[in-house]
This record gives sequence, C-alpha cells and structure tokens, in this order.
Amino acid sequence: MLDKNGIAKRIAKEVKNGYYVNLGIGIPTLVANFVRDDIEVEFQSENGVLGMGPFPFDGEEDADIINAGKQTITTMPGASFFDSAMSFSMIRGKHVHLTILGAMEVAENGDIANWKIPGKMVKGMGGAMDLVASADNIIVAMMHTNKAGESKLLKRCSLPLTGVGCVTKIVTNLAVLEIKDNKFYLLERAPGVSVEEIQAATEGTLIVEGDIPEMEI
Amino acid sequence: MINKKVNNVHEALEGVKDGMTFMLGGFGLCGIPENAIAELVKIGVKDVTCISNNAGVDDFGLGLLLQNRQIKKMISSYVGENDEFERQMLSGELEVELTPQGTLAEKCRAAQAGFPAFYTPAGYGTEVAEGKETREFDGKMYVLEPAFKADFAFVKAWKGDAAGNLIFKGTSRNFNPNMCGAATITVAEVEELVPVGELDPNQIHIPGIFVQRIFQGEKYEKRIEQRTVRQRS
Repeated sequence: MLDKNGIAKRIAKEVKNGYYVNLGIGIPTLVANFVRDDIEVEFQSENGVLGMGPFPFDGEEDADIINAGKQTITTMPGASFFDSAMSFSMIRGKHVHLTILGAMEVAENGDIANWKIPGKMVKGMGGAMDLVASADNIIVAMMHTNKAGESKLLKRCSLPLTGVGCVTKIVTNLAVLEIKDNKFYLLERAPGVSVEEIQAATEGTLIVEGDIPEMEI
Repeated sequence: MINKKVNNVHEALEGVKDGMTFMLGGFGLCGIPENAIAELVKIGVKDVTCISNNAGVDDFGLGLLLQNRQIKKMISSYVGENDEFERQMLSGELEVELTPQGTLAEKCRAAQAGFPAFYTPAGYGTEVAEGKETREFDGKMYVLEPAFKADFAFVKAWKGDAAGNLIFKGTSRNFNPNMCGAATITVAEVEELVPVGELDPNQIHIPGIFVQRIFQGEKYEKRIEQRTVRQRS
C-alpha cells in the first residue's frame, strides 16, 4: 500500500518532457517533488503563475508570490505572471497538458465530486470545475477509500458533481486504474496489494484483464 | 493626461451606498484592496453584494465585513479557510453564489470588454448549471454565463500614476486587471503612486481608461496565509 508520497511518486511518472502541468491542492502538490530532473516541465498555478519553483528559503518569502494553496513559492527562470482570465484561457483553451487533482468520489462513468458535502462542508470549487471541464488529460490522486473505509470509486457519485465524464486515470494508495466504457480497468497494483483487496475496496465495476503487474516506483 | 488622482481613500469611495454590488480583487489575501476594505468597514455600508474570489480570513480582508454583517451576498469560487463565512453560509444568514474560478474571472472580463454573456464548459452537468441555458458546439456541451454588473470595482496595484495606468506585481495581479472597467466606477489603490511619465508605456498592464479614481494606499499589511519555506541545507 502506498502513502501520499508514494501516490505522488507514481503520478510523477506520468509527467512527460515538455508538459505544462496544473497541480491541485494536497497530494497533487507533492508530485512536483518527484518529477525526473532530466526533463523540462513547467508547473502552472491558476492564481496566475507559470514556472513555479520550490518553496522559498526561510526569510525570503514574498507575500505577493503565492500558489493556489496560498503558500509562499518561488519562480523558475523563464517564469511568468498573468491575470486570472488569462490563467483560465490556458486551462480552458487546452494549453495545459496535464491536470492532477484530488477527489472525494469518482464514478465509473468518469464523473468526479470534490467540492461540497451538502449541509456539512462547503469549501467551494475554486478552479476545479474549469479544470475538469476542459482538460483532456486528468489524473485523480486520492485514497481508495474514505475515513469510514467506504469505497471512493463508485457506480455513481453521491455528492454534488464537479464535472461529468471527465476522469480518465486514477492513482490511489492501492492501484492505478483507467476509466473506459463506463468501467474501471485495473492497470497496476500497489506494492504488496492483491487484486482481491482492490476488488473489495472498489464499489464500481472493476475489470481485471490478465495478470496485473505491481507498480514500479 | 486625464487626471484620475484623488487625495485619499475617503474621496475614492464617494458615492458608495447600502445595497450596492462591489467587485474586489485579490486571491486569498494576496493583492486585496486593503485600504478600500478598511474604509468600507468604517463607512458601515450595509446589505452589499461582493464579487471576490475569496472572502478573506476571519480577521482580515473581506472577513472584516462579514464579521460586521455588512454583506448580504457573496459571489466567490472558494470559501475555505474562513470559518465565519462557512458558518454564515450554512446557517443561511449569508447568500452565497459559488462560481467556478475561471467563470468568475471571465464574468469580470466580459463586463470589462462589453460582452453580455459567454459559453463555458465549466460546470456543465453540475448544480452550477441548473436553470442556465446550455448549448452544444462541436459535440461538447457549454453553459451560458452572463457578465457581471457592479457599481464599484476596488482593485489594488503595485504602481500607478495619475492617468490611472497600473502595473501589478507577482501573483497579486490575479483578478485585479479583470475587474478594472468592469464596474460603473473602478477605484485603484496603489503601493506607489509615481509621477506621470515615469511608467514605461510598454510595461503598463492596465491602461488608465479603465480606471476612474486612483489613490496612494497606506500601511499595507500584506499578510501571508500559508507561510511555507524550505530549510537551507
């Protein structure tokens, strides 16, 4: 089974040379730590920066330079700043190659829910609805089950949706899965996790074809 | 040169009334019009609608107006990190229109650019699109979103001049340029009001035509919400 860093490490392998990548808050933010350093990648943050760098050294933080999680950041050589409308032109206009975000629920038809629990919690969708409605290449990073042990990979989402039919790939603490033809296809197992354990933790239709390899991280 | 300079925040907010709709720039606490917000608290204007990506934190930014119950309705994309906001929203005291962030920015830009509405894929099939016109283009579904209408836009820039020209710094730019000229009156506050002619015309982000009033801001706190650093090895 993977921890949050393990999930981020596996997702980092999906980041290819020349990609512009938008990372969501939480596990997705960790992905930047594991991207190979022999490829050229630029990270976009929807609050208006392309070419995000690491966190600043203590004492060098600047209140005017933050990421979408409101954390202080630095920029890389070649970085740029822009306004919010232009930022979403990059996203809506499909200029960003890969979007990695978290989710509360994903359904076998590709629906995703991650912004609201009616009557309990409302944080808002932020940029998530724009991101999932526009991106062709979306990876969801999340735990396979919630804190109550219930599956987050469902037949249908029970929470208010963020987007419909948009998720194609999911990396969890247990597995890598792909969504095709309204089904979850199991691609890889996390180290030490059996197909049966993944099956038991997946409420939606899970297709297992042939031997499922263990992830290489 | 058409002079947009006013002497202080008090003059800049002349005409602000109860029940009006305001746009306020900023992402979290980054790039918020601190002086205008402080003056709105001081004036005590009530029942206002605020268009702003966030609502500050409990004790700063728009959180101050929330504490005073001055806001009737918020139009935002994200309200996390603000307990009072979430409390007022869940209890029904505060009307909230959650709007996808890119749609929020574009509704400002559309108002600035003279478009009555636009189609966006964001929110299609979700509760955000309920009751809205939808349409298919090239096999994909889109939602029709109207431009915002606002009485005042309060924005904050790094540098500006009496002609109303503005330059922003870092990610404090965010929604500020999109809100300029998107309301009946745009009020810009700047960290540095420089003499006309000093700003390089090639470097100006927002031309003065989009700004009605500009003033030198004071005592910027520029609070950091999530101070995140790495240690020197």
